Amino acid sequence: MRTVSMIARKSLARHKLSTSVTAGSLALACGLVIGVFSIQEQSYQAFTTGAPGFDAVLGARGSQLQLVMNSVLHLDTSPGNIPYTAYTDMRDDPRVKLAVPYAVGDNFEGYRVVGTTPELLTEFELSDGVGYQIMQGGRVFSDLKMEAVVGSQVARKTGLRVGSHLHFEHGVEEEMGHDHDDEYIVVGILEPTNTPADKVSWVPLEGMYRLDGHVLRGGGQIYTPKPDEDIPDEVKEVSAVMLAFKSPQAGFQFSQQVNGGKEMTLAWPIARAMAQLFDKIGWAHKVLSLVAYLVCVVGAASILASLYNAMNERRREFAILRALGARRSTVFGAILTESTAIAALGGLFGILVYFIVFTIAAEVIRAEAGIVLDIWQTHPSMWMAPLGVTVLGALAGIVPAMKAYRTDVATHLVAHS
Amino acid sequence: MALLELRDLIKRYPSPEGGTNVVLDVPELSIGDGEHVALEGASGSGKTTLLHIVAGILTPDSGSVSLAGHELSSLSESKVDRVRAEHIGYVFQTFNLLQGYTALENVLLGMAFGDGQDTRRAQDLLDRVGIADKANHLPGQLSVGQQQRVAIARAVANRPSLLLADEPTGNLDADMAQQALTLLREACEEVGAAILLVSHDPAVLGAFDERRSLADINRAARVGGVS
Repeated sequence: MRTVSMIARKSLARHKLSTSVTAGSLALACGLVIGVFSIQEQSYQAFTTGAPGFDAVLGARGSQLQLVMNSVLHLDTSPGNIPYTAYTDMRDDPRVKLAVPYAVGDNFEGYRVVGTTPELLTEFELSDGVGYQIMQGGRVFSDLKMEAVVGSQVARKTGLRVGSHLHFEHGVEEEMGHDHDDEYIVVGILEPTNTPADKVSWVPLEGMYRLDGHVLRGGGQIYTPKPDEDIPDEVKEVSAVMLAFKSPQAGFQFSQQVNGGKEMTLAWPIARAMAQLFDKIGWAHKVLSLVAYLVCVVGAASILASLYNAMNERRREFAILRALGARRSTVFGAILTESTAIAALGGLFGILVYFIVFTIAAEVIRAEAGIVLDIWQTHPSMWMAPLGVTVLGALAGIVPAMKAYRTDVATHLVAHS
Repeated sequence: MALLELRDLIKRYPSPEGGTNVVLDVPELSIGDGEHVALEGASGSGKTTLLHIVAGILTPDSGSVSLAGHELSSLSESKVDRVRAEHIGYVFQTFNLLQGYTALENVLLGMAFGDGQDTRRAQDLLDRVGIADKANHLPGQLSVGQQQRVAIARAVANRPSLLLADEPTGNLDADMAQQALTLLREACEEVGAAILLVSHDPAVLGAFDERRSLADINRAARVGGVS
């Protein structure tokens, strides 16, 4: 075994360049395979459990997926508005544990601004008993003032602090509209939640209604809020109502009731709607997986090609080894060890590649969707892919090993005289 | 019983015309333990073929080769490999050192397939042939004479019963050739190995008391059947 590994080690050292390139391509393949499966798994978990605390979303008639994307992931455009009374009806229903209205339509430097009620920050629970936490020195906005509580990512990226003044821009994305004249003040910054909420600025619903340039159409006609005058509930609108039910039965009942009508849509349960999203983009995962597998096969083929091509120049070496007493199986084993070692190196460095791929992908996903992926979360592919690549490499070594096995000693040692 | 016994050995090679040429036709050849035998043979007289058959690298078409009590034709290939690893040392005209391996590693490989690698013994052997300070040099970094010394050290590394030498001084000048021969014989005497050397060089052959002509042993050479 010592001799076999010595022969393999010597060859690897002599062929540093081809060894490095081949191991590198396998590392890339292995890293991609782990990355594709690990990121897909974590993304699925994060997106389908991305709205803990809420069971359903009530919104305008349309796609449940669009409703969930807009109100839970804070992506996509709103499917439309629903009457404010839809919110108050839900709020007052005894089957509803918590109802929180969302009104969207503005942004701050590209980060979405959502009008809501203070209950989101005081009563909503991200997980059992734990709600949004405001960093020290901050507080919840007042219901009737031009105050904002901003998500941690917004604060980090824009430099907002408690006491900062800001103007919102009309539209859910930057550069979509004009800046509002009204000035808001930051009164609180949320602790990171690793959810899409981190990239949202929260303001009072009433304040959203009263922003200059905003009009309400809830009553069927355009209504422009006037200072020092209460806005009638019947003209108010909301983009969505986030709902937590007291029992699963309530969700079923509301789903039957709302979705049986023609005015609104209830996305319930939220996780199912998100799972639909993954069903829709499942092809992308398949394509990425296929690409990763193909890179693996190409990597293995490159092992085969580089070793096979080296066989001609190494036949003399094998002949000398055989003349020294090496068995055919020793030579065969040395080539197989060599190919396995190259592949194992690829698998090992593949984990490093995975960390790089994951870090980049996680940053993009965090920036775009506010979802934070855990680089240290293990996935079976983290050991299966390096193992698979190593086995593939070993298999790729069989053909050149057979060529070495068949080396005719007398012919390649020296011509007979 | 002799260390090496060849009987009725026939080896043929395909001829360019489509038939076969008899390269070796050796009715009998035997070498005793520790005996040093030089075979004189011109180029094309079947020297290398004979040594390859003795080493089990080539298989004769007929006849028997008995080495250290092992009838090679009755053994499987892996057992022949084992006999070669344990009983044969081989010095080639072109040395056949492994290019990517240091002098020390080349010597280690000489013993690797027998009793196993013994670094201390390998270093002692390099010391014995006078190139201990070149142990970590690659063959390309050694002079021709130094390469031959490594080849000799490697050939006796497995404490062989029989050392085969195929024109071992063919690439050396006269002085170096004599030094190499002395070294070769001394090294074999130390391990008790017999020597079967083939050469066409009278100076080399003259160093051996026991000299035979390959033409006397090989009937194929006598009738001009060697290709």
